[in-house]
Amino acid sequence: MGVRKRLQDWPVYRQLTGADPLGRGSAVTSARTQQLRPRTETADRVARSVCPYCAVGCGQQVYVKDDKVVQIEGDPDSPISRGRLCPKGSATLQLTTGDARLHQVLHRRPYGTEWEPLDLETAMDMVADRVVETRRRTWEWEHEGLRTARTLGIASLGGATLDNEENYLIKKLLTGLGVVQVENQARVCHSSTVAGLGTSFGRGGATTFMQDLQHADCVVIQGSNFAECHPVGFQWVMEAKARGARIINVDPRFTRTSALADLHVPLRAGTDIAFLGGIINHVLTEEKDFREYVLHYTNAAALVGEDFRDTEDLDGVFSGFDEDKHHYDPHSWQYEGVEVQQPTGEADEQYEDRVRKAAGPEAHGSGGARTGRRAPSDETLQHPRCVYQVLKRHYARYTPELVEDVCGVPRETFLRVCDELTSSSGRERTSAFVYAVGWTQHSVGSQYIRAASILQLLLGNIGRPGGGIQALRGHASIQGSSDIPTLFNLLPGYLPMPYAHENETFDDLITASRTDKGFWGNMRAYFVSLLKAYYGDAATPENDFCFDHLPRLTGSHSTYDTVLAQLDGVCKGYFLMGENPAVGSANTRLQRLGMAQLEWLVVRDFSLIESATWWQDGPEIENGELRTEEIGTEVFFFPAAAHTEKSGSFTNTNRWVQWHHAAVEPEGDARSDLWFMYHLGRRIKERLAGSTDPMDRPVQDLTWDYPVDGPLREPQAASVLGEINGHAADGSPLSAYTELKDDGSTRCGCWIYCGVYADGVNQAARRKPESEQDWVAAEWAWAWPANRRILYNRASAAPDGTPWSERKAYVWWDEAEGKWTGHDVPDFVPDRAPGHVPDPDATGPDALRGDDPFIMQADGKGWLYAPAGLEDGPLPTHYEPQDSPFRNALHPSTTRNPARQLLPHEGNRHHPSGDEQGSDVFPYIVTTYRLTEHFTAGGMSRWSPYLAELQPEFFCEISPELAAERGLTHTGWATIVTARGAVEARVLVTGRIRPLTVRGRTVHQIGLPFHWGPNGLSKGDAANELVAITLDPNAHIQEDKALTADIRPGRRPRGPELPRLLAEYRTRAGITAATGTETRT
Amino acid sequence: MTETTGTTGTTGTTGTTGTAGTAGTAQAGDGRERVGFFTDTSVCIGCKACEVACKEWNAIPEDGLSLTGMSYDNTQALGASTWRHVAFIEQPARPAPEGRTQLPLADGPPEPPPADGEFRWLMSSDVCKHCTHAACLDVCPTGSLFRTEFGTVVVQEDICNGCGYCVPACPYGVIEQRPADGRVFKCTMCYDRLGAGQEPACAKACPTESIQFGPLDELRERAALRVDQLHEAGVSDARLYGHDPDDGVGGDGAFFLLLDEPEVYGLPPKPRVTTRDLPAMWKHAGAAALSLLGTAALSFVLPALARRKRTS
Repeated sequence: MGVRKRLQDWPVYRQLTGADPLGRGSAVTSARTQQLRPRTETADRVARSVCPYCAVGCGQQVYVKDDKVVQIEGDPDSPISRGRLCPKGSATLQLTTGDARLHQVLHRRPYGTEWEPLDLETAMDMVADRVVETRRRTWEWEHEGLRTARTLGIASLGGATLDNEENYLIKKLLTGLGVVQVENQARVCHSSTVAGLGTSFGRGGATTFMQDLQHADCVVIQGSNFAECHPVGFQWVMEAKARGARIINVDPRFTRTSALADLHVPLRAGTDIAFLGGIINHVLTEEKDFREYVLHYTNAAALVGEDFRDTEDLDGVFSGFDEDKHHYDPHSWQYEGVEVQQPTGEADEQYEDRVRKAAGPEAHGSGGARTGRRAPSDETLQHPRCVYQVLKRHYARYTPELVEDVCGVPRETFLRVCDELTSSSGRERTSAFVYAVGWTQHSVGSQYIRAASILQLLLGNIGRPGGGIQALRGHASIQGSSDIPTLFNLLPGYLPMPYAHENETFDDLITASRTDKGFWGNMRAYFVSLLKAYYGDAATPENDFCFDHLPRLTGSHSTYDTVLAQLDGVCKGYFLMGENPAVGSANTRLQRLGMAQLEWLVVRDFSLIESATWWQDGPEIENGELRTEEIGTEVFFFPAAAHTEKSGSFTNTNRWVQWHHAAVEPEGDARSDLWFMYHLGRRIKERLAGSTDPMDRPVQDLTWDYPVDGPLREPQAASVLGEINGHAADGSPLSAYTELKDDGSTRCGCWIYCGVYADGVNQAARRKPESEQDWVAAEWAWAWPANRRILYNRASAAPDGTPWSERKAYVWWDEAEGKWTGHDVPDFVPDRAPGHVPDPDATGPDALRGDDPFIMQADGKGWLYAPAGLEDGPLPTHYEPQDSPFRNALHPSTTRNPARQLLPHEGNRHHPSGDEQGSDVFPYIVTTYRLTEHFTAGGMSRWSPYLAELQPEFFCEISPELAAERGLTHTGWATIVTARGAVEARVLVTGRIRPLTVRGRTVHQIGLPFHWGPNGLSKGDAANELVAITLDPNAHIQEDKALTADIRPGRRPRGPELPRLLAEYRTRAGITAATGTETRT
Repeated sequence: MTETTGTTGTTGTTGTTGTAGTAGTAQAGDGRERVGFFTDTSVCIGCKACEVACKEWNAIPEDGLSLTGMSYDNTQALGASTWRHVAFIEQPARPAPEGRTQLPLADGPPEPPPADGEFRWLMSSDVCKHCTHAACLDVCPTGSLFRTEFGTVVVQEDICNGCGYCVPACPYGVIEQRPADGRVFKCTMCYDRLGAGQEPACAKACPTESIQFGPLDELRERAALRVDQLHEAGVSDARLYGHDPDDGVGGDGAFFLLLDEPEVYGLPPKPRVTTRDLPAMWKHAGAAALSLLGTAALSFVLPALARRKRTS
C-alpha cells in the first residue's frame, strides 16, 4: 500500500499516467499545494466587526484560529461597504497583530531618562491616587463668585477612536469628578459641523447616508477629498456616476477625487464661503430656488427684527458687535417680536434673558419678545425684512466676478458649477453636497457648513433621496464621541453642559435652553433621565436630580484652552486616550510644552506615539529647548486593546451605531478603555467611599455597578449600552425617546440613542445582509434618532404629503392609514396629518404643524437665516483666514472673522496679512490634509510596514511654477516656515497644484499632508508645527486648512539654529504680540 | 488599439484551447472555468487597497521604504514582494516647465497631453498576467511553476530551487527572485482562496470594483461592454489590453481597460511569449536529431549494404 501510494504520488508517475503528460499542471503539484486551504476556511470562528479607521463604518470579519486573529476582511453583508476595504482597513491584521504593538505598562518617573516597566495593577493604583490627590488640591467651588464645583487640574483628550460605551464612561466618570476639560478629536475635526448643521436643521449630524449618494443627480464634493480619505464610501459616488450623475470636485488641489470627477475646480484655500455665496446669489437672482419647498420648509418668509443690521450695512460686522470683547450680542438677530432658542448652538447666550423673563409676569413687558409664538411672515417674500430678502441683499455682491477675484476661479467655470447644480435640483432631481475637514477647520468653519446648508435648502435638497449634506468624519466613532460626547460643552445627546450662573437651578437651565416648539421642547425629560442614569437613586425631584453635582463651565475649555491652562500650570494631570496631539493638533510645539508642565500624563495607545515620548526624543529635546532631566512630568503608558479585542459600538459618519464583537482577549497588559475607566472609577470610588467632604458627594452618588466578565474582569459593554439606551421605572429597556419622563421615573444615558436596546435586543448588532434589504437597510445596525436614515425626510414629500415626484419618492402620507410611511422611518410625528395646524397654546412636539419637517427647530423650519445659536452671525460672510496673502475684497476694514477666538501666546504668533507690512515674508498659502495611505496623526498607520511603505515620508506638494520661483527640485528638500515653526519635507513638484490668479496676482499654494512625526516606521516633521491656534468662535476648531508660509530649498536647521531661524523670520516680518489680533483695520 | 494579432507563431493555438507546443498554455482543469482579473482603470481611485490586501493575505514582506517621486507610486514595480502595484501617471495639460521631473513610467518619451487638454491623473493596478502562453512555466525545470485547474499560473515555493530561469522568460517583468531567499514569488491569484470558492484578496478589497474577478469569458464580455459605454460617453481613449486571445501571449488571464497607450502605464505594447520559438526549436532539434540518427543509421546501413554486395 505504502509503496503503491508513494509511487502514485511520484510526479513522473502522475505525468505518465494522468491527464498532464507535459508535467506543467496537476502532475507537478506538491503535497503542500494539494493540501492548501485558505485560513479563512480553516478558522475556528469569525467575529463580526467594524473597521477601526475612518467613519465610513465598513464591516469586517475577523477570523480566529487557536484564539489568534489570523485574518481580517471586509464583510460582504454590510450595506455600507459591501465587503470592501481601503488600504488601511486591509492593513487591520497588521495593526492588531503586528509587532509594533506594546503589551507592557511603562512608567517614566519625574525627571527620569528612561521608561521602566510597571505592573498593571500598581499603575492603576498610582493613577487613581494621582487623580484623587490632584482633584482635591485643585478643587474649585467657585469662580469669580459663581459656583463651579469643579477641577481645572485634570484634563482628558481622546474618544473618537473608542467605542460609544467607552466615551460614555469617560464623560460620566470625569463629570462625576468635576473635570470639565474633557475633549476628543471631534473638537479638532468636526465640531463646526455640529454648529453648522445643527443651527440650520436642528441636528448636528450628516443629513443622509452613504448608500443614498447613488441616487444623486449631481454630487458636489468640496472641502473633502472623498476618494482618498473615505475610499470605500466613495464607491457610492462611483455608483451615482455610473447612473449618469455629474461629479464636481472643488478643491485647491487636484486629488484622487478630482481624477474621478467630471469637473475639478481649483480654488484658493480659505475662500469657500465666497464661492458658495456666489452660488447662493446665482440661485436667488436667477430665481432657481425650489420655491414651494423654500416657502413651506424654510424660514424664508419669516420677518427679522427691525434692529438687525447686516454686514453689508456695517462694513463687515453684524449688529450687536462689541469691538472690545470681539463678541456679538446676538439679540438683534432674532425674528420680529419672537425669540427662538437653538439648543444645538450657543444656547447659553440667551440664559440671562430667558431666565429673567421666566422669573415673573412683569418680565413680559409690552413690546418684549415672546417665545412660543410664530414669527410674523410674508409669504410673498417681498417684505424687505423677510429672510429671503435679507439673504438676497447679503449675497448681492457675491457675483461671478467677485468669485473669480477672490477664489481664483474663472467665472465661466464657476457658472458651469452653478448650472450643473441648479439643473440637477428641484422636483425631479436632487443634488448632494459632500464635505469634510476642508470646510470645518477654519476660523469661520461653522459658517462654511451654514453656507452649504442655505444652498441645499434653497435648492430643496434636504430630507430627500439623492440629496442632503454628507459630512464625512474621519474616526471610527467620532460621530459617537460627539453624540455621547467627550466634549467640554456637551452632555450626552447634545444637552448643554451648564455654565456658571448666579443661583442657577435646574429649571433655570432648562428654561434657558429648551425650545418652546418641537422635540427640544421636551429637553427636561431628556435631562432628568440623564441625571437619573448618572446619579441613580440619589437623584430626586427634591434635589433637582443632583443638578448641582454637575461641574460648571466658565467660557471655553476646549482642548486648545486646556493647552494654555497646562502652560499656565493650572492643568496638572492629563489623559490621552487614542489621540496624538503632539502631531495631530495645531501648534504641536505648544502641545508638547504644555505637556512638559504637567505633573502627570497618562497615554493609552498601541505604540509609543510622539505624545508619549516627547520628553525623551521630541523636537524640543533635539533642539535643546527642553532637557529630559529637567522635565518633571510623570508619564504612564498603558497599552490599549484593539477593536478586535473588545465588544462595543462605533457610530459611523451617518449616525449608524454598529456593534463590533470581541474576537479574542487582549494580550499582556493591553486593556480596553472601558476596562480602564471602569476600574479607575472603581478604585477612585473606593478611595472616596468614606469621605464626608461635600466635594466627594458627586463621586459617591455616581452609579458605577457594571457587571464584569472573565479573568480580566472586563465590564460588559452591552450593559453600558443598555444604560445609554435607558430603562423605565421597572427596569425594562425603553424603546424610544418619546417614552422619556421628566419626573425621574425613566433613566437614559443618551436620549438620542434611546431605542438602540429596544426590547432588550442590541439593535446595533443587527446584521441582515444587504442583499436581503433595500438600500436604506433598516435592519442593518441602528441609526439615531429612532433608526431614521435620512433626516428631515418629511421634506421628501410636498406640503400635502405626496412625494414631490415619483422619481424622488421617499416618505409620504398614507391617508387611509392616517400615518406617514415610505422607505425610511418617517422623521416626523408618525400620525400628524400634512395639513395639521396646532392649537395656538400647544408646546413641544404638539406645536409642530403638518408641514414643519425640521422637528428639532424652534419654528419647525430649516434656517436659511439663523436667528440664534451662532457666535459670529446669522449668515455666512466671506472673511479671509487669519493668515492670508489678501485683504478681504468684500469688507476691507474687516478682513478676518471679527469674532474669531485667539489664544495669544509667545509661541502662537500670527502673520501680517494682505497689504500689511511684512506679509510678503510669508507669501504662500499652505493647506494641510490626509492621504489614503495614512491615518490622522499616524498612530494607527506609521507603525504598519504595509502602510508605511506606500507613503514612506513627509512631503510637500508644489506647482512647477513655485518650484522655479524658489529653486526647489523634485524629490529634493524644502523647508517651510511660519512664525510658529519650521518643517522640512521632500518636494513633489506636480501639475496637480496650480497657481491661481487672485486679485490680479499669482498665488501659489503648498500642500502638506499632516500625518508625520519623528516616531514609527514612516517618519517626518509634523505639518502642525506650522499651524497657529486660531479658532472658530462657535466650535473652537483650529484653522489649519488655510495659512501662510515661506518655502525655501534645503533641510531645516538643527539644534538652536532652528529657534534662531524662526526669530529671524518674525523680526523680518515685524511680528509682535499684536500682529493679526485686531478686529478691524 | 495596440496591435496584438498574428504575433505568436508559436503553437498555432488560440485562447484556452491550446494543446502541445508551449505547454504553459492556459486550460482550466477539472471541468472548471478559467478565471481571471479584469482591471478597469477608469474607476481606479489609486487607494492601493489591492496592494495591502494582497500583502496581508499572502504575508508578503515589506518591500522598502523609499519616496520615489513617481507621483504617489512608492511601490515602483511588481516583484517578489509586491504582487499588486498601482501606477500613477500625471498628465499635465500644459508643457512641463523647467525643473519638472518627468513622470514616471518607463523609458518612453514624456506622455503627450490628453486630447481634451485637461490634466489627467491615471491610476492602474498591475498584476501578474497569468498568460495563456506562459513562458515562465515553459522554462521552469523543477515543476515549481504550474498551471492550476483555474487556468492560472502559480509558483510552488516548496519546489522552487531559485534557478531564476523564469525571470527573463516573463515578457512583463513580473516574476522576480527575492533577495536573500533566491526563490521566485509572484501573484497566485490567491490559489488557496480559489480552491475554497473565495475570490482573490485584492479583488475583494477593491472599493470601486476596478479589480474584477471571475470567469475569464464573462470578464471579456463585460470589458467589451464597458469600452463601448466609455466610448459613447466620449472617453475615446478607452481601450482594452491583454484581452485578445490572438495576441503575443495568447491573451492574458489578467487584462486591463486603459485610458492611454500601454507604455504610459509601463506595460509592453506588444508582449510576446518568450518561448514562442520553442516548438520550432524542438522541431529543428527533432529534425536535427532525426538526421543525426539517420546519418548514424546510414553509417551502419551503408557499409553493411556494401558488405552484402561484396559478399553476394
